[in-house]
Amino acid sequence: MKLSVDGLLVYFPYEYIYPEQYAYMLELKRSLDAKGHCLLEMPSGTGKTATLLSLIVAYMIEHPETVRKLIYCSRTVPEIEKVIAELQNLMVYYERHAPIPPGFTGLVLSSRKNMCIHPEVSKEREGKAVDGKCYGLTASYIRDRHEMDGGETPICQYFEGFSLEGKESTLPVGIYSIDDLKEYGRSRNWCPYFLARYAIAHAHIVVYSYHYLLDPKIAQVVSKEMTRESCIVFDEAHNIDNVCIDSMSVKINRRIVERSTNALNQLTKLVQDIRDEDTNRLNEEYQRMVQGLKDASVQRDTDMILANPVLPNDVLKEVVPGNIRNADHFLSFLRRFIEYIKTRLRVHHVVQESPAGFLKDVSSKICIERKPLRFCAERLSSLLRTLEITDMTEYGALTLITHFATLVSTYTKGFTIIVEPFDDKTPTVSNPILHFSCLDSSIAMAPVFKRFQTVVITSGTLSPMDMYPKILDFDPVVMSSFTMTLARPCLLPMIVSKGNDQVTISSKFETREDTAVIRNYGQLLVEVAKTVPDGIVCFFTSYLYLESVVASWYDQGIVDTLLRYKLLFIETQDNAETSYALMNYVKACDCGRGAVLLAVARGKVSEGVDFDHHYGRAVLMFGIPYVYTQSRILKARLDYLRDQFQIRENDFLTFDAMRHAAQCVGRALRGKTDYGIMIFADKRFSRQDKRSRLPKWIQEHLVDSFCNLSTEEAVQLARRWLRRMAQPFTREDQLGISLLTLAQLESMEQEKLERQAQGKEGVGGEVQEL
Amino acid sequence: MTTSSEDVLLQMGEVRYKKGDGTLYVMNERLAWMAEHRDTVTVSHRYADIKTQKISPEGKPKVQLQVVLHDGNTSTFHFVNRNGQKAMVADRDKVKELLQKLLPSFKRKVDKDLEDKNRILMENPNLLQLYKDLVITKVLTSDEFWATHAKDHALKKVGKNQEIGVSGAFLADIKPQTDGCNGLKYNLTSDVIHCIFKTYPAVKRKHFENVPSKMTEAEFWTKFFQSHYFHRDRLTAGTKDIFTECGKIDDQALKAAVQQGAGDPLLDLKNFEDVPLEEGFGSVAGDRNVVNSGNIVHQNMIKRFNQHSIMVLKTCANVNNALPSMSNGTNIANGPVPQSAYTNGINGKGSKHSSESLPKSKDEPPTKKQRLIEKIHFEDLGDPLLDPDENTTDGPNKTKQVELAKVERYLNGPIQNQMYDSHNDVLSLDEVQYKLVRNSESWLDRSAQREVISSKSAVNALGELSPGGSLMRGFQEQSAGQLVPRDFQRDLRHLYLSLSELLKHFWNCFPPTTEELEAKLQRMHETLQRFKMAKLVPFENRAMHELSPLRSSLTQHMNLLLRTANSKYATWKERKLRNNR
Repeated sequence: MKLSVDGLLVYFPYEYIYPEQYAYMLELKRSLDAKGHCLLEMPSGTGKTATLLSLIVAYMIEHPETVRKLIYCSRTVPEIEKVIAELQNLMVYYERHAPIPPGFTGLVLSSRKNMCIHPEVSKEREGKAVDGKCYGLTASYIRDRHEMDGGETPICQYFEGFSLEGKESTLPVGIYSIDDLKEYGRSRNWCPYFLARYAIAHAHIVVYSYHYLLDPKIAQVVSKEMTRESCIVFDEAHNIDNVCIDSMSVKINRRIVERSTNALNQLTKLVQDIRDEDTNRLNEEYQRMVQGLKDASVQRDTDMILANPVLPNDVLKEVVPGNIRNADHFLSFLRRFIEYIKTRLRVHHVVQESPAGFLKDVSSKICIERKPLRFCAERLSSLLRTLEITDMTEYGALTLITHFATLVSTYTKGFTIIVEPFDDKTPTVSNPILHFSCLDSSIAMAPVFKRFQTVVITSGTLSPMDMYPKILDFDPVVMSSFTMTLARPCLLPMIVSKGNDQVTISSKFETREDTAVIRNYGQLLVEVAKTVPDGIVCFFTSYLYLESVVASWYDQGIVDTLLRYKLLFIETQDNAETSYALMNYVKACDCGRGAVLLAVARGKVSEGVDFDHHYGRAVLMFGIPYVYTQSRILKARLDYLRDQFQIRENDFLTFDAMRHAAQCVGRALRGKTDYGIMIFADKRFSRQDKRSRLPKWIQEHLVDSFCNLSTEEAVQLARRWLRRMAQPFTREDQLGISLLTLAQLESMEQEKLERQAQGKEGVGGEVQEL
Repeated sequence: MTTSSEDVLLQMGEVRYKKGDGTLYVMNERLAWMAEHRDTVTVSHRYADIKTQKISPEGKPKVQLQVVLHDGNTSTFHFVNRNGQKAMVADRDKVKELLQKLLPSFKRKVDKDLEDKNRILMENPNLLQLYKDLVITKVLTSDEFWATHAKDHALKKVGKNQEIGVSGAFLADIKPQTDGCNGLKYNLTSDVIHCIFKTYPAVKRKHFENVPSKMTEAEFWTKFFQSHYFHRDRLTAGTKDIFTECGKIDDQALKAAVQQGAGDPLLDLKNFEDVPLEEGFGSVAGDRNVVNSGNIVHQNMIKRFNQHSIMVLKTCANVNNALPSMSNGTNIANGPVPQSAYTNGINGKGSKHSSESLPKSKDEPPTKKQRLIEKIHFEDLGDPLLDPDENTTDGPNKTKQVELAKVERYLNGPIQNQMYDSHNDVLSLDEVQYKLVRNSESWLDRSAQREVISSKSAVNALGELSPGGSLMRGFQEQSAGQLVPRDFQRDLRHLYLSLSELLKHFWNCFPPTTEELEAKLQRMHETLQRFKMAKLVPFENRAMHELSPLRSSLTQHMNLLLRTANSKYATWKERKLRNNR
């Protein structure tokens, strides 16, 4: 349908529209108009992606000078591919219905692993191996050598094809998914990866992973030349702070130190060899250092495999200091630094210090200044390039050490260093780890907010929303949470606080291992498995807890009872194994046998797999998924948050736990025709401070009478509710309430605006009756 | 009644039947009971009639054996050995064991076949009609009919009846009981054994290898109950058990399957992360997943639960293939109408799609794209425009309702002139071809002539194509529905049904590459001839009598079909003869 959103003509590629989609568009347009950032929460399964895309594309057509580019970031590869499919759908709609199609180019950028079409390289499963092999075929000196020896050295025909003709030509207008790019690459004999790398500079719409913007190592290489007039969308952004932190935190253990020492020896030998046969190369490099690092333009893009780990605006625009210009000097410099780290790892008690203290210690013990340390990463990548090393796998550990050196000397605020001599659970086994941990997620985020005009942060579960502006340190112009208008109560959230024997169930530390609690959890699951058809998913607070509960259930005979009703699948720590189990879970649901999946909150399954329709008719959350609170890194972060942003520890912990709980239960509901039961099995959920932090669309259906149920009561409710849900549900039932035609939309507009405003104050939504 | 030819396998005195004492005879083919001091058999059951036997539970004062017949009747024998309870039980067990051996061999003899066929015919009116038309009129023999034409129906029935699923908890259902003195007793039924074999092929193989050559059945199962299969918390490594090896085989199979990866890109966790963090990077979040409890027993147990469920699921894989989307079968009927419709729709699209775009590329994209579109599809918002089949936008190729202003215009077109209807004549075909070639030669210099067609012939052609012209004769005719009486219509429909069924099988034989196909072709040809004589000709005669205006036009099309088939057969026959020579 073609609708007008506050005067903007939007092509929406469906016949009908949800009221909240329209409201979402209004808010989004407002922030685009204001050229500011926004934070929007809309329930999963209400067509967020389609809404975002259709509005922003319409905006780009209408105001081409205000928003030139859309960069859509999502978390997982399947999510990215879904976005592209939506976009293709939208463009088909434009072509059919718009007088002039917009002529936009949109494409995906993914890692080489997903995009490579070289017959041998693409066979590799590991991303790093693909990168290494690709590098070994496309690096500039490899190609030079190929020229010299008349084709003896193997090169990649696709890259050659691309560099011959591809760089100058532009990609024809259209939307390209990964497979489309591959197809196109094959037909033209061009490398799809480099084609995409080049094309994102000109494309109107780019879809890629978070890391391409947030991880400085990659962002610098890939996303350097994006225009300011861009709209950045971070979808599924509930974990965005962790992504920011992870990309800038480093862990060093003994193995890494050993491996880096080996690599260093290797390098020394190589340098020696080269000096013997060809001193020129090293001299040339030295000269380059003297001239400064500004010769980046000379480097080919294929060589840029190692980038600086710090943010672009923190990279020093200076010349490499004299004492590490010479290769030998640099290597001995590194050797000293590694020795120093080795001594630091030789501790018997936990040490925590600030980067400044660390630097001071470094300078006093081994006389290394801050400045050369900052150039460590640059210098190493230059050396590796000079030595023409293609296989980077050996040098991973050494690279990590140099990255650490650069990071620790660049940032003095927002980071901490913790050295732990052993694991807390095994205090007798010495296993020292040096954590260099980022505490402030706004460090990685700040350049993005600064650089781009509009940043949209959106997800199905962002509540409590006031936390994000604080921890990411930005000022949103629009901050809004939308409910889900429903024609029937298709979600049934319940808090089960006690078992049939009235024993309080809770995963809190004191009662966690209590057999009565575990038994009651088991009985709850068995009762639900008896009642609910098809698939059931359960989330545990941690993998350890999952393991011990399953073991107790086996002893108590609960597993056997459960198997009588449904098959049982369990998430393991091995991704491949879990994928296989998942596939079988889906199969079991498809064939009508029904199955139970036990998974872990914060695990891969909870983050990336949807359990829509019969794949998840009920989700059980056993306990509140708090992080491991004894972790020193977490404590350091909590301290930092308290000091810097005045966030109380408990607030943050609860916020973090509740967003994960909501994320887990939200997996079951993907759309208004879907329906699912959400059971929160922990007494503590019923407390106001937990309950009020659930997303609004769940809270609305969680009436007081559902908040303190026993197993039996919950099952009774579920039974009645399921009977109701099993009735035929057609589009006509929804029309006018939770689904609108264009005519309805236009007639309701005024009234709807008001209602939406109400929704913002948290009033809307109908009361659930059963 | 006792014939001398029957051997008495076991004779058991002191058996009471309906309060009368007597003797129980277990014979070759039947079970008989004779009252004391009589010489006529009072009870006699053929083994074929016996469905099962039942025995009274242990500990009951009465020691009884009951046989249940197929018709639901039962006979109960009461063992009353004077020597006390033990002897009674011993007597009973002797009979029971013998019966146990004898009964299975008779089980299959029951002629359920006829019953089945009858039921299939009742359930499928179309098939019944076909049966009436073809078998009763002797066009086909009954066997032929069942073998070829009703094969699908018969198979479907059989398939449904035979496949019994494996319960997930079949191992749990074997409840161990303590026997009082430091031992456990497991009750193993043939059903459970069947389940174990089906689920764990490795165990079956072991059983095949070891029993009875190396150990007895009982020993084998004792070992099984001691193994990790039964106690999930036991580790496989270390013990030198035959099942240790089984465990290894299972593990390897699982590993291989895992290596192959998830078929569905949306479930493949390994490939979720686009750019994984480099080694050594990451913090709290990264840490958590690496936390290793070190509890191998627990981890192993979890692995075994997964394995068990996967294996159980595999046993019904065949059933799954037959019924791809039976999404609700559990305790509660959750009949969401939109959902099932939705799934069906997808399946339909899916099959069509995969057949069309297979050659497009060698990787998996088509199904992936299919899955993605499925994912972005919101049923209530309306269909996405993105169709998996079309990459270019050459208009929607969905099924569209044809809207016609005048239906008859659509239905009537140029019809074939009867006079030229001679394409079965090979000679004339050649002639036509020759003429065409000659004609086409002159096409080249058409531009020189400037005259495409003479005005006269153009007018003629127009005339022929106008209503009433020779090519448009169908136009004026009233629809057949008004002219032909109802019973004729019905007969005609039946004729068509039968003929098309036969023709389907006839054309299925082409190309006849194997001997069997040739034989079948021969047979089908004969059947068609018979059909013509037995059904078509009488019908034509009747039509001639009663419906003079229409006459042969009713069966014209059928005749054409038959003629085409005949000529095809003749050509094939001729060619075959030529080849043989």
